[in-house]
Amino acid sequence: MLAFTLRRMIQAIGVMLAVGIIAFAMFRFAGDPVNQMVSIDTSAAERAAIRKSLGLDDPIIVEFAHYFANAAQFKFGVSYQFRLPVADLLKERMPATLELATCATILAMVFGILMGVYSALRRDTLLAKAFQAISLIGISLPTFLIGILLIYLFSVTLGWLPSFGRGEVVKIGWWSTGLLTLSGLKALIMPSITLGLFQMTLIMRLVRAEMLEVLRTDYIRFARARGLTTRAIHFGHALKNTLVPVITVTGLQFGSVIAFAIITETVFQWPGMGLLFVQAVQNVDIPIMAAYLLMVSLIFVTINLVVDILYTVVDPRLRATISRPA
Amino acid sequence: MSDAVVPHKTDAGAPAAHASASGWFTRVIESDLFYSFCRSKLTITAALVTLLFFLLAIFAPLISVQNPFDPAQLQLINSRIPPLWTADGQTPFLLGTDEQGRDVLSAILYGLRISLVVGVLGVAFSGALGILLGLIAGYVGGAVDSLIMRIADVQLTFPAILIALLVNGVVKSVFGNRLDAASMLGVLVLAIGLSFWVQYARTVRGSVLVEKSKDYIAAAQLIGLPAPVIMLRHVLPNTMSPILVIATINLALAIITEATLSFLGSGMPDTMPSLGTLIRIGNNYLFSGEWWIVAFPGFALAALILSINLLGDWLRDALNPKLR
Amino acid sequence: MTQPVLSLRNLQVEFKTRRERLRAIDGISFDIAKGEVLGVVGESGAGKSVTGSAVVGLIDPPGRIAGGEIHLSGLRIDNLPPEEMRKIRGKRIGMIFQDPLTSLNPLYRIGDQIVETIRTHIGMSEQAARKRAIDLLAEVGIPAPEKRIDGYPHEFSGGMRQRVVIALAICAEPELIIADEPTTALDVSVQAQIIALIKRLGRDHGTAVMLVTHDMGVIAETCDRVAVMYSGRIAEIGPVQDVIRNPLHPYAKGLMGAIPTLTGEDLRLVQIPGSMPRLSAIPPGCPFNPRCAFAFERCRVERPEPIQRGAQAVACHLYDSSLKESAA
Repeated sequence: MLAFTLRRMIQAIGVMLAVGIIAFAMFRFAGDPVNQMVSIDTSAAERAAIRKSLGLDDPIIVEFAHYFANAAQFKFGVSYQFRLPVADLLKERMPATLELATCATILAMVFGILMGVYSALRRDTLLAKAFQAISLIGISLPTFLIGILLIYLFSVTLGWLPSFGRGEVVKIGWWSTGLLTLSGLKALIMPSITLGLFQMTLIMRLVRAEMLEVLRTDYIRFARARGLTTRAIHFGHALKNTLVPVITVTGLQFGSVIAFAIITETVFQWPGMGLLFVQAVQNVDIPIMAAYLLMVSLIFVTINLVVDILYTVVDPRLRATISRPA
Repeated sequence: MSDAVVPHKTDAGAPAAHASASGWFTRVIESDLFYSFCRSKLTITAALVTLLFFLLAIFAPLISVQNPFDPAQLQLINSRIPPLWTADGQTPFLLGTDEQGRDVLSAILYGLRISLVVGVLGVAFSGALGILLGLIAGYVGGAVDSLIMRIADVQLTFPAILIALLVNGVVKSVFGNRLDAASMLGVLVLAIGLSFWVQYARTVRGSVLVEKSKDYIAAAQLIGLPAPVIMLRHVLPNTMSPILVIATINLALAIITEATLSFLGSGMPDTMPSLGTLIRIGNNYLFSGEWWIVAFPGFALAALILSINLLGDWLRDALNPKLR
Repeated sequence: MTQPVLSLRNLQVEFKTRRERLRAIDGISFDIAKGEVLGVVGESGAGKSVTGSAVVGLIDPPGRIAGGEIHLSGLRIDNLPPEEMRKIRGKRIGMIFQDPLTSLNPLYRIGDQIVETIRTHIGMSEQAARKRAIDLLAEVGIPAPEKRIDGYPHEFSGGMRQRVVIALAICAEPELIIADEPTTALDVSVQAQIIALIKRLGRDHGTAVMLVTHDMGVIAETCDRVAVMYSGRIAEIGPVQDVIRNPLHPYAKGLMGAIPTLTGEDLRLVQIPGSMPRLSAIPPGCPFNPRCAFAFERCRVERPEPIQRGAQAVACHLYDSSLKESAA
């Protein structure tokens, strides 16, 4: 178990290093950082001085080590557009994105699992077919169209919900939360639905497929032959076996949810990291792009690691194969 | 073993014998009969709609009342005209016009062209890249294989849209922020191609590994035939159907990605709008009541993706009955 | 005559497909008495397992019981409502499946699976059920059951898992056990132990056993009577020694001839030409006629009904007394 955890951690560090190289390459070669920092009438000598102070004259390896050491301390340089440390910008924006992504994931899981279980157990009912249709639409409609549609319905036409922003936020330490005010909660509704819909579709399809698969297995047949109640079979045996892979996938998807938030945040002008990133891409603000890539990768890798380790706790079979000395 | 399934000799030639295999198989078909019937009608509709979209895109110049990419043809006097059937509608603007006096229908038809061109080229590029890398990984093996597949693993954990945005941002920073519309199209194809190659590479690599272990490769090498050529001849036909399925589903994804990039302002510029760009522009007029500027491009995009997805679903089921 | 534990009367099972109705079981009848072990033997697809599934009411749609009756100790069970049938499954009829590796839910401790089954059928406290589970595990020969009860299925070997499956099948003291190829998936060395266990349990508890297998060796060793199935019908049924020593039906003769003997008198293995027809292509008359060396005109048109010959019953026109002269 310890060896497994260690191996996974080394792998995770490897991935972070690889992403770090890409981020560094972007930072260093895509656009000259000096040019972005100075005005046209800066003298060559001044430029050279800045170049030296930024360490751009060092050998590449040293520069990379420097960049990586800084990144490990969450020092990502200074944004070209805002003239502010990227780390501060990200720190300010992160709570908004995490709250949105968490709400969307919870929403997606609750409804995705309910709908998936229903459509697996009552395969031929009208409602199950309606769910199937919804899932196809959920996959086919681009996220931003869903957002626009919701805004048109609930903001423009009905005027119930705000179409942009986070509403009122409350500061808890450096963390700003929208969960404690009514306007904050109202502002959260549509973005969460927009962001969660695709995940919900995914979860629903996965739950349905897994459940149908599980219901065909021998142990379910044997459970029926043992005379267990349908309830015990469906919601005890089948659901438990279904949920193990579903929760894993959902956990792994949390990283993508954060990345997908780019689109939702743009539609709803949600002041999160995604919006910051989109603006950075438009304005070629490389330090922010590189830092965002690193942050998202870090979240991805951490989640992967945690899910992998949790998985072994849930599934006794894996625990056995892992603890067995290889 | 008495449980072995032996081909049936006694009544070979009897018509019933070569009818659709055993009762279990027919049983499976039977249970989904109603569903598949419904779906096949749906599939036909989807195919027709997709075909219609392609035809509309190809013949856009013949159908459109103006060339929306040509600023000379746009007149501000015609701006923000509602659709023809509303009280304030004006001919020839069937679906109304936008802020710049651009006919929405013409813009959709031309935007459709861009979406389809980027989608098809993006899929072709990612397919070619993926197949090539898959062949190399599978055939060469060793360090090359693990390098390619590690990159694939890492990339697969990131959503395509993020990769496309990054590629986009890097290209822009290298070539400066002012790329003309036509080269932007190339950038989008590049971004999409680099985002979607992984699935092809994995499929092809798997197939190469299977073929590689077979005796005929060893035999061919023994008599001095170039093994890569022979493998290619066996691997490509074997992987045709999964590649076709991946390509169809990826076409929908590529179109979504292009539209999303354009919507986010990192894709096609306002002067040469794709469907995503049109939706971004139209989104600004949602609150002032000019709903048609966003609604019709949005509807066209949704219908296009939905019908391609339906085709992809059907293709997957038809080519691989095991997946249901 | 005492009442049989299980009695099938002209049972028919159909699978409805788009084109046709396939008859997987076409009118079979037999009884199993208390404490008796009936072997059901035949090639795969002969309808052995479907018969077992039909008895416990677990035929998956589009399959269904199309006719006939099933009685369990006098109670007709083929037309019971699903909930009534569920209460019988596991309580009055225990079932053992072929593959012990997949029969147990991998995510539940075996003790929990046994306790769950016991408590479903018998009103018992958690502790009492657990104690009973330990006793059951001991009875089926699992060493240190009070420790093993908290193990997960993957911690048990194939043979041990099959013992757990058997413990689950007998946990509510059923009148009837249906064992569907219980040894096929096991190592040869373990097979004999499992067969001995099933036999012992049947004897100790007076349980009737229906043992489905394609292994004539198992039948010879375990069963009191044997039914030979072919294309969803019973070709021959009778006491196991009679059927093995003196098979009457040409198919049974072929089947017995296909068992290698160690005596060395006759080393020539008899092979039956061809293979069993598919359900969609069962010929009219006797289903065996295309492969039968003795087939005559009547076999191709008229379906043979069982004919009593001593303790054996055989469905073959060769034994029709009105046509004695044609018997070989």
